[in-house]
Amino acid sequence: MSILVDSHTRVLVQGITGREGGFQTRRCIEYGTRVVAGVTPGRGGETAEGVPVFNTVREAVQETNANCSLIFVPAAFAADAILEAADAGLPVIVCITEGIPTLDMVMVRRRLQGEGIRLIGPNCPGVITPGQCRVGIMPGDVFAPGPVGVVSRSGTLVYEAVDQLTRRGIGQSTCVGIGGDPIPGTTVREVLELFDADPETKALVLIGEIGGSAEQEAAEYIRQGMSKPVISFVAGSTAPPGRRMGHAGAIIAGNTGTAQAKKEALAAAGAVICESPAEIGSTTERVMKERGLL
Amino acid sequence: MKIHEYQAKQIMAEFGVPVPRGRVARSPEEARQVAEELGGPVVVKAQIHAGGRGKGGGIKLASTPQEAERVASQIIGMTLVTPQTGPDGRLVKSVLVEEQVAADRELYLSVLIDNAAGRPLMMASAAGGMEIEEVASRTPEAIYRTTTDPAAGFQPYQGRQLAFALGLGGDLLRPAVQLMTGLYRAFAARDASLAEINPLVVTAPPEPRLLALDAKMNFDDNALFRHPEVAALRDKDEEDPLEVEAQELGINNYVKLTGNIGCVVNGAGLAMATMDSIKLAGGEPTNFLDIGTVNDVARVVNAFRILTADPNVRAILINIFGGMARVDVIAQGIVDAHQQMEVKVPVVVRLAGTNLEEGERILREASLPLIRAEELGEAAEKAVEAAK
Repeated sequence: MSILVDSHTRVLVQGITGREGGFQTRRCIEYGTRVVAGVTPGRGGETAEGVPVFNTVREAVQETNANCSLIFVPAAFAADAILEAADAGLPVIVCITEGIPTLDMVMVRRRLQGEGIRLIGPNCPGVITPGQCRVGIMPGDVFAPGPVGVVSRSGTLVYEAVDQLTRRGIGQSTCVGIGGDPIPGTTVREVLELFDADPETKALVLIGEIGGSAEQEAAEYIRQGMSKPVISFVAGSTAPPGRRMGHAGAIIAGNTGTAQAKKEALAAAGAVICESPAEIGSTTERVMKERGLL
Repeated sequence: MKIHEYQAKQIMAEFGVPVPRGRVARSPEEARQVAEELGGPVVVKAQIHAGGRGKGGGIKLASTPQEAERVASQIIGMTLVTPQTGPDGRLVKSVLVEEQVAADRELYLSVLIDNAAGRPLMMASAAGGMEIEEVASRTPEAIYRTTTDPAAGFQPYQGRQLAFALGLGGDLLRPAVQLMTGLYRAFAARDASLAEINPLVVTAPPEPRLLALDAKMNFDDNALFRHPEVAALRDKDEEDPLEVEAQELGINNYVKLTGNIGCVVNGAGLAMATMDSIKLAGGEPTNFLDIGTVNDVARVVNAFRILTADPNVRAILINIFGGMARVDVIAQGIVDAHQQMEVKVPVVVRLAGTNLEEGERILREASLPLIRAEELGEAAEKAVEAAK
């Protein structure tokens, strides 16, 4: 078991004929992902990376029964691409694109409200269920199948944490990078809910960062009765307030945004906090052994 | 992106938000001229991208045009230090000369994005003139909020709710709703990240009216591509020169800090975690630098250019976990940088992820004097040691 994507997922790639879109599509196929279609307006009828290209998402879905979209469309057109995927009825949409205007995401989230569509990202590394399906840009060979669910606002910190886990022989059920934007399609808390309901996920690694209150909302969910252990690292203890640290969402404004406030909220809810990002793997191993999960 | 008060007032005025009469002046003579045009007593306000200007002597009253010229000559050219500028302060290049306004009440009004709700939020408070964070921590019940459905836009009833909560009934109700609607429209139409009026004043009787006495607008950097008229308002003098240079070299995510270990990392989260690791190992980072995911050798070279231009850098830590960014491209950039410039400080390199083998081959063949590390904690410790 896993969440969001598995070996049955049929992926279509929006922006498949672009440089990164093409490179990453090849990587997904090499990993074993079932990529069934690509979409680039005006390039319908061509073939890219060995899959048929369509002009519209609707046409691609009708012809291939795709049930997940992976988006590599440039920022100025990405909101439109997400809405096109939503309109075609795709239940899972993963948007890699970085730099989408915040008000575009306000509009996208409004449009997706109540539709039962799961948007992951934008500005994210995507989702991977190790050994089954890679819908994103992560280095596949770092991941291994197993019992730990990983959720993070940062992409490269997912790789860092997973590398530490895999080196210790601890595999992952699914890893989700929700992205570094202030308005993500899916929140940390929502991913925790999905993992909580997945019987194969035995423990969780939650990687937060400064800015916003996503970690506090996740802590509230943990506090309300999540039974699986949560190991957490929050990046940005050394970041100065008021400065945007790369991610549009990573800026300390007010007291809730600090790494300290987030660590305190998570610890109070029962999560195990790693002070150092180099200790995510060893801490997870220790906690899982203590609970008889390894 | 931030802009000056006078620019924010111009934008708000375009959307029907009433502001005091006035104009920007770049010399004392010009300040006198503006005061003459306005007639009557004026206020002369330093234009820098930081608040708390009054406390640092950046806001002064003048009752005649001659006095306006005199106080402007004191303010223009001064290095203004406020709680928000840091100890180095900012050089004042211009002043806003405005009519003086007798205020009966000082209120607060702003629009920003409520990230949790994913919608624009208008906040209002009767405690104007104070930092809203302070009001929020002391008396959170004194802040009134209304979120707006982006599909419908700001509605008059929302304006009435806030206006009545602020005690703006009677003849002030309609102007208050108009002002709020205008502020929301300015925010949405220009892709702002903040539109703030603090204080929003009710002028003294006999004819009370609403005026935006101070105004602040910040903009979403990601949306500047569709607002060239906003992008043109950027004042690079208000930014750190190394940060400006970094942007001109294509490195958008560089933040200057105070330590002595320069960092080049891919991904914002890993970059922050690398800084945290340096601190835990007993060191201090000189900067935050997310090299991003565009696979461009020249960008890596430029990152070296920025770090080696900073005299505080005593060691460089390169931490790359390739995903979309490819390790071979980074490795080639490290090699090219060593060919194109003299790198006088020790360089610690930790590489992992996409195309690692190829990257390792490139570094091996170049045989540079690099300090290598396999893991994050190890890399941070070696960098701290190398910087000593």
